[in-house]
Amino acid sequence: MSQEIKDLPPVKMEEAVEEILKVYPTKVARKRRSHIVVVNPDEGQQQIEANVRTIPGIITQRGCCFAGCKGVVIGPIIDMVHIVHGPIGCAFYSWGIRRNMGRVQEGMKNFLQYCFSTDMQEENIIFGGEKKLREAIREADRLFNPRAISVHATCPIGLIGDDIHQVAREMSKELGKQVLSFSCEGYKGVSQSAGHHIANNGLFKNVVGRDDEGEEEGFTINALGEYNIGGDAWEIERILKNCGIRVLSTFSGDGSYEEISRAHKAKLNMVQCHRSINYMADMMEKKFGIPWVKVNFIGVNATVKSLRKIARFFDDRELTDRIEKVIEKELAEVTPQIEKYKPLCAGKKAMLVVGGSRAHHYQELFRDLGMASIAAGYEFAHRDDYEGRQVLPTIKIDADSRNIEELQVEADPERFHPPKPEEVIARLKEEGTIDSYEGMMPSMIKGSIAVDDISHIEMEKLIRRFRPDVFCAGIKDKYVIQKMGLPSKQLHNYDYGGPYAGFRGAVNFAKEMAMLLNNPVWSYVKPLWEKEPEIRAEFGNK
Amino acid sequence: MLSLTPKEISDRNALTVNPAKTCQPIGAMYAALGIHRCLPHSHGSQGCCAYHRSHLTRHYKEPVMASTSSFTEGAAVFGGMSNLRQAITNIFHIYDPDVIAVHTTCLSETIGDDLSTIILKARDEGLVPEGKWVIHCNTPSYAGSHVTGFSNMTTGMVKYFAQENERHREQINLIPGYVEPSDMREIKRLLAEMELPSVVFPDTSDVLDAPQQGAPVSVGKAADIYPKGGTRIRDLQSMGDSRVTLALGPFASENAAIELENRTEIPARIMDLPIGIAATDRFIQVLLETAEVLEPPASIADDRGRMVDIMLDMQQYFYDRKVAIYGDPDQVISLTEFAVSLGMKPIYVLTGTPGKRFDARIKGILKDVVPGARIKSSGDLFLLHQWIKNEPVDLLIGNTYGKYIARAEDIPFVRFGFPILDRVGHSYFPTVGYRGGMRLLEKMLDALLDRKDRDDPEERFELVL
Repeated sequence: MSQEIKDLPPVKMEEAVEEILKVYPTKVARKRRSHIVVVNPDEGQQQIEANVRTIPGIITQRGCCFAGCKGVVIGPIIDMVHIVHGPIGCAFYSWGIRRNMGRVQEGMKNFLQYCFSTDMQEENIIFGGEKKLREAIREADRLFNPRAISVHATCPIGLIGDDIHQVAREMSKELGKQVLSFSCEGYKGVSQSAGHHIANNGLFKNVVGRDDEGEEEGFTINALGEYNIGGDAWEIERILKNCGIRVLSTFSGDGSYEEISRAHKAKLNMVQCHRSINYMADMMEKKFGIPWVKVNFIGVNATVKSLRKIARFFDDRELTDRIEKVIEKELAEVTPQIEKYKPLCAGKKAMLVVGGSRAHHYQELFRDLGMASIAAGYEFAHRDDYEGRQVLPTIKIDADSRNIEELQVEADPERFHPPKPEEVIARLKEEGTIDSYEGMMPSMIKGSIAVDDISHIEMEKLIRRFRPDVFCAGIKDKYVIQKMGLPSKQLHNYDYGGPYAGFRGAVNFAKEMAMLLNNPVWSYVKPLWEKEPEIRAEFGNK
Repeated sequence: MLSLTPKEISDRNALTVNPAKTCQPIGAMYAALGIHRCLPHSHGSQGCCAYHRSHLTRHYKEPVMASTSSFTEGAAVFGGMSNLRQAITNIFHIYDPDVIAVHTTCLSETIGDDLSTIILKARDEGLVPEGKWVIHCNTPSYAGSHVTGFSNMTTGMVKYFAQENERHREQINLIPGYVEPSDMREIKRLLAEMELPSVVFPDTSDVLDAPQQGAPVSVGKAADIYPKGGTRIRDLQSMGDSRVTLALGPFASENAAIELENRTEIPARIMDLPIGIAATDRFIQVLLETAEVLEPPASIADDRGRMVDIMLDMQQYFYDRKVAIYGDPDQVISLTEFAVSLGMKPIYVLTGTPGKRFDARIKGILKDVVPGARIKSSGDLFLLHQWIKNEPVDLLIGNTYGKYIARAEDIPFVRFGFPILDRVGHSYFPTVGYRGGMRLLEKMLDALLDRKDRDDPEERFELVL
């Protein structure tokens, strides 16, 4: 199904990049230069600057640490009450907007549609908010009796020095249930990324491995970095279930406190969004011996590859056969459907700048449709997401990253159970099946552009210069792009569609992409009298 | 679907659940977008700006441009002056706005950045190009609500742009309040019909309802990010020469009008948002007095007649129906009065914005018709849901977040207010004035009758009204 597009716009990329940078003051241009790379495999390992501060005044697409912690990782856990400690805004804006779907299981509560805040007022800021927080936790517990509670600090909380961790400890004791606390004030780090790290640390320290009850037999895995936007996780689970693989827990879309407590019993972790959750994969491997495999379920071929990777890891004849059968059956189902849409998409060029790993993942789905990405980038990735994990040791820790706690993790003496013998693990690592991620840039076309933390004006210049057929981004950019006369597809929120993951998701995406690129409405953007002035001339001709 | 909300109402002193308000900066950002060629700037960490842009974008389905000071931990500790100075330099160089409208966040408020001084210094040092402006307002998120933020930025416009009366102009100032671009457009239309020259500010029409006209040609290095709408600076500068200031909606507009009165002695007339028959009548009455004429033009009188005609034609469907209304105080006050004028019974009226004046106003409107109504400012939707669980209503009116309550309790629902994230139309069709009133009537009636058509047994399912 895959067919590579290799022809790029007839533009000298390096010159185009220099032209884009001309909009900036000299100092800013110099800084931004290192965030834009024209991909050229002939140069070997190319380096891109990432995960550093955004320059003040630049219109960035980035969010904050709080958004990464509460908004992305912890918020989607459905059976907990997540209290935002701070003024009302942060709770309000992170209420239901990411489309993390969650299904109520029997005997379980789902709080996803609720929004909880301490709504800090001036006097709380002056005199401290610990008392109010304590009371809010009590009220939440009394009203809802959730499995556990989380507390998320917003900007002013760190400044006024509320000790949310102490409050959480006291309240855990008082209520007899876990109250987790996250110091994820918005100013920490340089983007959402800091919040992911803080969230992972908190879950790992306090929840993962908490429940040892029962044995988990069979092929068990955790889905890490899957947030169930538009129901993605459900499509992935459906496929895996047909293969005979059981998802023990999902971090964190449609995930639950209970499942995450037992996640350490899985034999394998699959990492979908490398950026948001590679910390968790790493720490679980160190402590429990669970290896991880980088997967991508966005795209038909990507899904097939990921399933085969998992088969390769388990190396079980029956499982492998079953997986191949599932692949065969699913391909038979979706291939004709995708073929229907492919002629409407093939040959089109896309640009995509999405938060984390999706900028990489969706390029695979575009390939399925015969489309090519000519520019791609992340809002909040690190160099390893672009260049691959082998660069990790060379990344210098700067002041902004140093403020985020780095956990020292050791093997748990009782619960460190690698699912395979040491030499097998070593071999799987060696061949890149597990514990490996090559990053986005190596899979990009020669001559395409990787751009980190894109600014509005860079986006505009790229669009005008290269005129892609579609630009994929988030809600903040969507209408900016459309007003430029170009279709835009949201890959954060899926334009309120989805799922796009797995086999059936790919069909959904193909259909929507075909619609977007060929929608008749585009032909009405210019009115008749602007498109065909000769008509007027004819009428005027007496 | 909010199935965990208990019916029993117990005291809550610390936990807000499902808020009916949000924080100040988003209101300030919205107001700032109502100045022509203005770039709103959020002085704090990136998340605020991202959240506000996202939410405004979701509401208007339009580009919302704004920049941020991008605080990291260092700025939080040492103050944000350096970030703001860098931002001002970069913004003028790259985006070339005529105005940068800075608002604070709870972060920069808590560390105490003194924006007046930073901006003055930046101007003295030449960071602000000739003829360009940097204005600001303080919007601590831990006081008031998004409505307060809107009010503060509008007041900031007065503080920076208003000049002492130098020459008297035959014009009036009109502050339309925290309403949709469509409402601002309708208010301008009414002023034009009344032949009243005016400065309307802020004015987001043609900013957040800009037409799709295909790709504009890119010229030079400046980003093409400013739509054609927004109040012009020269008009803002002339507000000090006007005869009178009409301010619609006391919560959103009063402070700016009073500020202007204090500075220039231009009398301020504060009135309700012209939503519904009575408030629109009062508004038109004030316009008549201001224009010094006795009667409105026929076009306005005819619109009014048509609106009253619908009210009479459809009275039986509204009369005695119980309704719950929540949202921003100025809008809720007028809407409650409108519901009463239709013979409806607003039994629950709630706003998240603090202010005892709200309770007093609503109580005044309802005292004879629904003496037992539950009224609350600083309330949340969780409480409203509990009220409804205890005694249901026939109709729920409020912003998008009410859809959860509407579905959980199976109540007809009309979207009204801010934000509306899941429908379109609100930014294109006004709810102010008589024409706006007709649209509201249509929406409310549709909701009630759709429900009737769905619920009636087959033998009572009728073709005609």
